[in-house]
Amino acid sequence: MKSLSLYLHFITLRIRAQMAYRFSFTLELLSQASISVIDFLMIAILFERFKQLANWTLWEVGLLYGIISVCFAVAEMVARGFDTFQSLVGRGAFDNMLIRPLGTFYQVFAHEFQLRRVGKLSQALVVFLIANSHLDISWTLGKLGYLFLALIGGTCFFIGLLVIGAASCFWTVQSIEIINIFTHGGIFMGSYPISIYQRWFRHFFTFIVPLACVNYFPSLFLLNKIEPAGASRIVVQFAPFIGILFLCLTALFWKWGVSHYQSTGH
Amino acid sequence: MDTVIDVRALSKTFKVYHHRKGFLGSFANLFSRKHRLVQAVAQVSFTVKRGEIVGYLGPNGAGKSTTLKMLTGILVPSSGSVTVNGYIPHRQRKENAKRIGVVFGQRSHLWFDLPVQESFELLQRIYRIPQAQYHHNVEMFDELLSLGDFFQTPVRQLSLGQRMRADLAAALLHNPDVLFLDEPTVGLDVVAKARIRQFIQQINAERQVTVVLTTHDLDDVEKLCKRVILIDDARLRFDGELATLRRLLSTERLLIVDYAEVYSDISIPNAHMTYQEGTRVQYRFSPEEISTAALIKAILQKFKIVDISVQEPDIEELIKAVYEDNLLLNPPANFP
Ligand SMILES: Nc1ncnc2c1ncn2[C@@H]1O[C@H](COP(=O)(O)OP(=O)(O)OP(=O)(O)O)[C@@H](O)[C@H]1O
Ligand SMILES: [Mg+2]
Repeated sequence: MKSLSLYLHFITLRIRAQMAYRFSFTLELLSQASISVIDFLMIAILFERFKQLANWTLWEVGLLYGIISVCFAVAEMVARGFDTFQSLVGRGAFDNMLIRPLGTFYQVFAHEFQLRRVGKLSQALVVFLIANSHLDISWTLGKLGYLFLALIGGTCFFIGLLVIGAASCFWTVQSIEIINIFTHGGIFMGSYPISIYQRWFRHFFTFIVPLACVNYFPSLFLLNKIEPAGASRIVVQFAPFIGILFLCLTALFWKWGVSHYQSTGH
Repeated sequence: MDTVIDVRALSKTFKVYHHRKGFLGSFANLFSRKHRLVQAVAQVSFTVKRGEIVGYLGPNGAGKSTTLKMLTGILVPSSGSVTVNGYIPHRQRKENAKRIGVVFGQRSHLWFDLPVQESFELLQRIYRIPQAQYHHNVEMFDELLSLGDFFQTPVRQLSLGQRMRADLAAALLHNPDVLFLDEPTVGLDVVAKARIRQFIQQINAERQVTVVLTTHDLDDVEKLCKRVILIDDARLRFDGELATLRRLLSTERLLIVDYAEVYSDISIPNAHMTYQEGTRVQYRFSPEEISTAALIKAILQKFKIVDISVQEPDIEELIKAVYEDNLLLNPPANFP
């Protein structure tokens, strides 16, 4: 409880600092939201041509897009410290964290809260709600609970990716840009039903980097769709937990990384 | 007196990787193991007792900061052991952190965009400092360091001297037993330095806080440290009282004479002339070969003088001698 209230205190301070520059904050918020509107328009234009994609309608894809974008926006909002970890190390800010009687994982989380991601988040939510109004999903308590867990799981998944990117600084000092393939590339790829891709590609993003668990399987579940490749019902049902598990594994990786931390030579 | 810090055969080797730039480069870096090793600390052993102030000295790159980083839990040692208050810093990092105060003078430990007061309040929450203790400390530090002048100023706007004072106070808010200071007076003017020294002295005397500090300022050492540890090139060179170091090295003294006129031959037996400018001449001599009195008598018999003075070499010269002559004065005990 103490650490939760301390966390809230930390991010309150961060948000207050960001709000100090209200004008630039508003500007960024707007630009963020409009960029992501364009994102979705691109998908819509594609559908204007093809009407359907591997048995998925535009609004079903809207659901896919909405879920993955909400997860990514929240992840980038709360895990900004991991996203910018390289500069944290460079400034010696991570040294400062190590001399405090608090966990490092916790402190990097509490280091920054990127409020302007609210722009992207609201755009994603709007897409999700519009898509939902065109689909007739019968929302039971079970499905609502599932959706909630899926959003948590998906957010955890993206945070996990950011953690891996950050932890690589413990060895290479410079963070690996490859992680962007999985985050930004993953969003792009995951905005379409995964069944349209090659088999090895599908498997990679299901079993190695479980991106499919973020939005594809949850969408199947919510839409009562049958998975053409024949993924079992169990996998679909437990998909939300995979992201949470993934984050736990990356936390262990983080812990191991910290013991290799070399600091900087000044 | 009990031992607070126990360092045995402590070593740290850095792996420095070769970096390739760019996107593909960063990919290659992942798999490439090309690196060289930098030995920053090698087989260093020492202990520090409660209430001591120890000067941890050495030239640039000697390994001072690296040692402090291992004592504070920032770095994991490559080999050897270290305990502080009985805790192993890198393994029991959080427990250790509660009982130590740390200032790396080169950068601030406070939050850049927060005013000093809010930084302190944040620390109060982080260390769970009771209200009474917090107020008592802030009051006391304010008195000693005049924090009031800039208590509401964001850290980023502080002058170097103000920032250092704020950082020092911040490091002591939670009543640590041990204080690690890495160049706490770097870049400060004479007045600010004196103030920081006085503060360290007072905290040490009143609270029995053990202090380990590194510095390149020998005034700091003279004013604060009874005991010094010298390291050079990652290795321990001397560990003992400052007075001992001086005695060990000051076998030679300087005699400076202002003659009444310029003499053609001013050589004196048992004294080496090291410097001459006009009527001023400097001799180096060893008291074991000739006593100061005998030397002065010899001079007075031959010449007319205006002034004469005897000097002991200052610490700066002593330390230089240790570095340059590779004197291993007090080889560290070998631990099993
Ligand atoms: N993070 C690091 N990665 C690689 N090498 C390092 C790192 N930190 C220190 N070194 C190297 O280790 C050696 C000791 O450095 P250290 O910072 O401990 O010296 P120092 O005694 O504090 O010097 P100074 O008086 O300049 O502060 C130097 O050769 C330095 O280049
Ligand atoms: Mg240093």
